[in-house]
Amino acid sequence: MSQEELRVKSIATSRDEGSFMQGVKDCIPTLLGYLSIGFAAGVLEKTAGLSILEIILLSVLVYAGSAQFIAAGMIATGSSATAIMITIFFVNLRHILLSAALSPYFRHLTPFKNMLIGSLLTDETFGVAINEAAQRNQIHEKWMHGLNLTAYLNWIFANIAGAYFGQWISDPEKFGLDFALPAMFIGLLILAIVSRKKVKLDVIVAICAVVIAVAVAIVYPGNVGVIVATVVASTIGMVIEKWK
Amino acid sequence: MIIIGSALVTFLPRVLPLMVLSRTELPEWGIRWLNYVPISVMAALVGQELFVQDRQFSLINNVELLAAIPTVLVAMKTKSLLGTVVVGMVSIMALRFFF
Repeated sequence: MSQEELRVKSIATSRDEGSFMQGVKDCIPTLLGYLSIGFAAGVLEKTAGLSILEIILLSVLVYAGSAQFIAAGMIATGSSATAIMITIFFVNLRHILLSAALSPYFRHLTPFKNMLIGSLLTDETFGVAINEAAQRNQIHEKWMHGLNLTAYLNWIFANIAGAYFGQWISDPEKFGLDFALPAMFIGLLILAIVSRKKVKLDVIVAICAVVIAVAVAIVYPGNVGVIVATVVASTIGMVIEKWK
Repeated sequence: MIIIGSALVTFLPRVLPLMVLSRTELPEWGIRWLNYVPISVMAALVGQELFVQDRQFSLINNVELLAAIPTVLVAMKTKSLLGTVVVGMVSIMALRFFF
């Protein structure tokens, strides 16, 4: 590439990198994940006996794959509202950690603007945003809204589509839809490790997290294991980094 | 009722840290700790999805674990999220077809 081309390219990227549209574009790689998981959630919610209106409300107001999968499962088995809410609270408690990890990048914004950013936070948009932060040391507010809204609208659309087609799909596992969620977590984990320059320490932390999460999950049901594993493994990483 | 309650318990953990921690300065060790959160939380989720089935540790006859192998390799090779998800879904479909 010639010197001039390089300059043109760098001007173009510096103009676009913080824009709403760039946020929309950076969301695209995760869309298949949202669409397939949202579709699967819609199918499950439909087969659990929820109406289309209830499914739309769930995806608009709750907007969380794991929570909606759990809601559908527990509604189908006739659990109480309180039990469903407590389970969902624990499952989504991990968002505290994601939200806290993003907070240094939005310190200059008002609490209301932070609320808008946080209310649409998901594992996937967090993964994309933290990669952006690792590369550029900052996250633009407009870029974040572009990312968040694209994911949100696709999620709602996928839920409705899933609910609509749910009446004909009896076995979502046959199409590998249930594996879309773990596959996306694997992708986000590997991408995070590759993009940082501390592979060895990251792998140690990841192995600790897996061992703790699995051990706790066998003893306690639900997602308590994820919270415990996250807290302990992050502390291990922090301590090792400090002592080296 | 269930939907509104679920929405609230999902909303609070998402929003509060961003609103509160933006007002106050975090100590250096706190930032270092938060640096490891994405790795730990994703690894913990992957671990539970792959190794735990019906509250049992599962290693043998575990199709999801087998499907995770090409998924991880593709993630490392291509660094593409989309490619990773597609390969993961195709792998599990193929494995379920043959086993």
